[in-house]
Amino acid sequence: MKRLILTLCLCAALLASCSPVDLNAPIPAFDTGIDPNTWAQVPAGEFHHGQFDEIASTEAYEIMVTDVTAAQYADFLNTALADGSVKMDGEKIVGFYPGDKFHGIKHEEKIEAGDWLFIPLDDPSQRIKFDGSTFSVQSGYENHPMTNVTWFGAWGYCKYFETRLPTELEWEKAARGTDERPFPWGDEIQRGNANFYSSRDPFEDMSTFGSRTSPVGFYNGQTYDGFQTVDSASPYGLYDMAGNVWQWTGDVYEGMHYRFLRGGSKDTYDMDLRIWVRNNATPTYFSPGVGFRCVRD
Amino acid sequence: MQFIKTRFNYLFNSTKGLILVAIAMVGIVTAVWGMLSGPMAEMGVREIVVKALGMKIVQAEREGRIVILYHSIAMAIIAIETYMVTGLIKMKAFFKTAINATITFGYILTMVFGMGFAYFGRNWAFHGLYITGLSLIFFAGLMLIVALWPWDKEYFITDKEYAHTKSGLDLERTAFFATAVTTVISSLFGAVPGSYYGHGFETFLAENIIRIPEKTVMEFSVIGHLHIMLALIGIMITLIIGRWLNFKGILHKFAMPLMILGTIVLNLGVWGVVTPLEPVAHMVIYVGATPSMFAALLLLIWDWNKLIKDGTANIQKPTFGQKIGALLRDPLKFGPTWQMLFMNFTTSGIGIFMAIKLDEIFRVWPAREERIELTGHWHVLSAIIATIILLYFGDMNGFKGKLRQWYGWSIIIFSDIAFGAVTVFEMKRLFVTEAAQQPLVNGLMYAIDFGLGMLLVILAAMMIYRLVDLFKNKGRWIEELDHELAQEVDK
Repeated sequence: MKRLILTLCLCAALLASCSPVDLNAPIPAFDTGIDPNTWAQVPAGEFHHGQFDEIASTEAYEIMVTDVTAAQYADFLNTALADGSVKMDGEKIVGFYPGDKFHGIKHEEKIEAGDWLFIPLDDPSQRIKFDGSTFSVQSGYENHPMTNVTWFGAWGYCKYFETRLPTELEWEKAARGTDERPFPWGDEIQRGNANFYSSRDPFEDMSTFGSRTSPVGFYNGQTYDGFQTVDSASPYGLYDMAGNVWQWTGDVYEGMHYRFLRGGSKDTYDMDLRIWVRNNATPTYFSPGVGFRCVRD
Repeated sequence: MQFIKTRFNYLFNSTKGLILVAIAMVGIVTAVWGMLSGPMAEMGVREIVVKALGMKIVQAEREGRIVILYHSIAMAIIAIETYMVTGLIKMKAFFKTAINATITFGYILTMVFGMGFAYFGRNWAFHGLYITGLSLIFFAGLMLIVALWPWDKEYFITDKEYAHTKSGLDLERTAFFATAVTTVISSLFGAVPGSYYGHGFETFLAENIIRIPEKTVMEFSVIGHLHIMLALIGIMITLIIGRWLNFKGILHKFAMPLMILGTIVLNLGVWGVVTPLEPVAHMVIYVGATPSMFAALLLLIWDWNKLIKDGTANIQKPTFGQKIGALLRDPLKFGPTWQMLFMNFTTSGIGIFMAIKLDEIFRVWPAREERIELTGHWHVLSAIIATIILLYFGDMNGFKGKLRQWYGWSIIIFSDIAFGAVTVFEMKRLFVTEAAQQPLVNGLMYAIDFGLGMLLVILAAMMIYRLVDLFKNKGRWIEELDHELAQEVDK
């Protein structure tokens, strides 16, 4: 009898592991009050860079206060498709990229001039929808960060608006300011600071679909249906510089085709939310945990 | 006072006592520090442990803390293997005492003051004592090399059952010697960059820089060091298990030269990583790993054949089922080589698959996914070595009958559930997307936590049993006081 119960328990656990995820499960909608069209000014000068606080410097620039939202990206696609800046290629949106210089280093892959994937439309977790003529956003995700976007898609968006992706140094300075803090808001991390793995925010359910993105600027000190957030803006007033989604940066390094991502995401433990942590992926990579923001000089 | 003196004498002056202390130390560190990461962090246990123990966690020091944590555990494991070597292999009594005393003092200093420095405030005196501990272990290694010197005529053998040269050089002893020599040299590849800490070298975890095409010599040195040290711990435990089981015969004669050759070539390849030969170093490593793994396979074949023969000795024509029954009759004798085989599914096989499909599959994924594979890969390898030690330790404890069965099979089954689940977790992106992974991740996490948790429960139960035994006037510890591992080698 005991063996039977044990076997049944194991079978139940195995079946639960194979159950499909409802990617369109209802998501709570909150207005964070943070305008995704605002930009923060970052002055020229030195700052502490990396885990070991090396001194680096940048020119002055402006950076988006939030990640680019799904609604902003849908608007971009509507205008860019109309004026021919992007194209449909089956279930993909593609756009032109002028290519990178190839150095033939081990593991390096050629990135040639041509049309590259911006976003896939057939990915089940894609929140941008296309009805044949217009792009729109799945209800509830309008003010969430744009995800499932490749580096080319992020690069193309910024370029379209005559901006660019931040360099890693620019990203880091915007997140850290001029002191040596490990997180944009200070020295320690609590669950109310950011959307990270198992942070128990209103958008996650670890027993079913797991973690999901939160609206941009969500962690601003407001209380949402009883969930108290801590105001977690960076010294320059940027939100979500730790957690929610990894953010593409613009550097193209000699001898490697990988593009670097910063900030950690809803899917990573708090250690990956530390400002100096780097991630990278091929520029065609897309995921529900990857987004971006732009800078302008 | 006499009560304490006799127990202290057992714990620190007998091979089994020393092994018991080291296993207990590793068990404590694993249990406490295991609560700082993964699901324990998710459940909020980490915050409680940090507060309760007064740990000082500085975000920027995480990588350094982890390096010290790994060294603390690894030094205790190296001490355990050293005790086993000094207990199994003939050497002068002076060397045995000196090596055991030095390495014991060394690993305890390393562990206590290393962890004190890393987790309880940056007390630089503690750091100095941590380095002193590591230095003592290095010195113990040098003494072990001298003690194992195989060209001493006293240790020449003539028994045709064991691998030896025409002149009588014991090739098994030479394999132990080669492993000890290369371990001591390879430790320098970590020590040299460490000595430049803060002066052109900063702490890093290898898995975080894996895709950076340009690495410094110091970085290559550390990457080589961590890989080869774990490999050498694996090679040494294979030799130890072979000696305990009394590996001999024709397969022994093939295996020992292969083990010596593999160890030397493997090390040359890893050392070559910091030289201009770096582009071909990986090929040399593959060439070196092959004979070492083949030697381990020969041990496995010999062991399983022996178990079957011994278990069916009274049956004239054993059936297949009877042979399997005989093979599985003693989990403590079957387990170590089974775990070596299982390692091929969870680490070696996965490693080869990754190497073949690196650019096609794994380097298409983000670096953090590749990091999961890398860290999972060597965590499992380390843990498999730990389970092999625990299986041997079960035999040292004299477990018999049902206790032996339950102990042995529990370790094998629970660890393999956990390691199998870790392997699926590492490879999950092959068959599930990020968006749809959560139910699978949950199932795997339950399996991993259940398996590892049960292993810790078994370890705790054994430690309690040994602790209770120490309070007995005529406990098992009395029997073990003067009993040496060499006396328990299979006949």
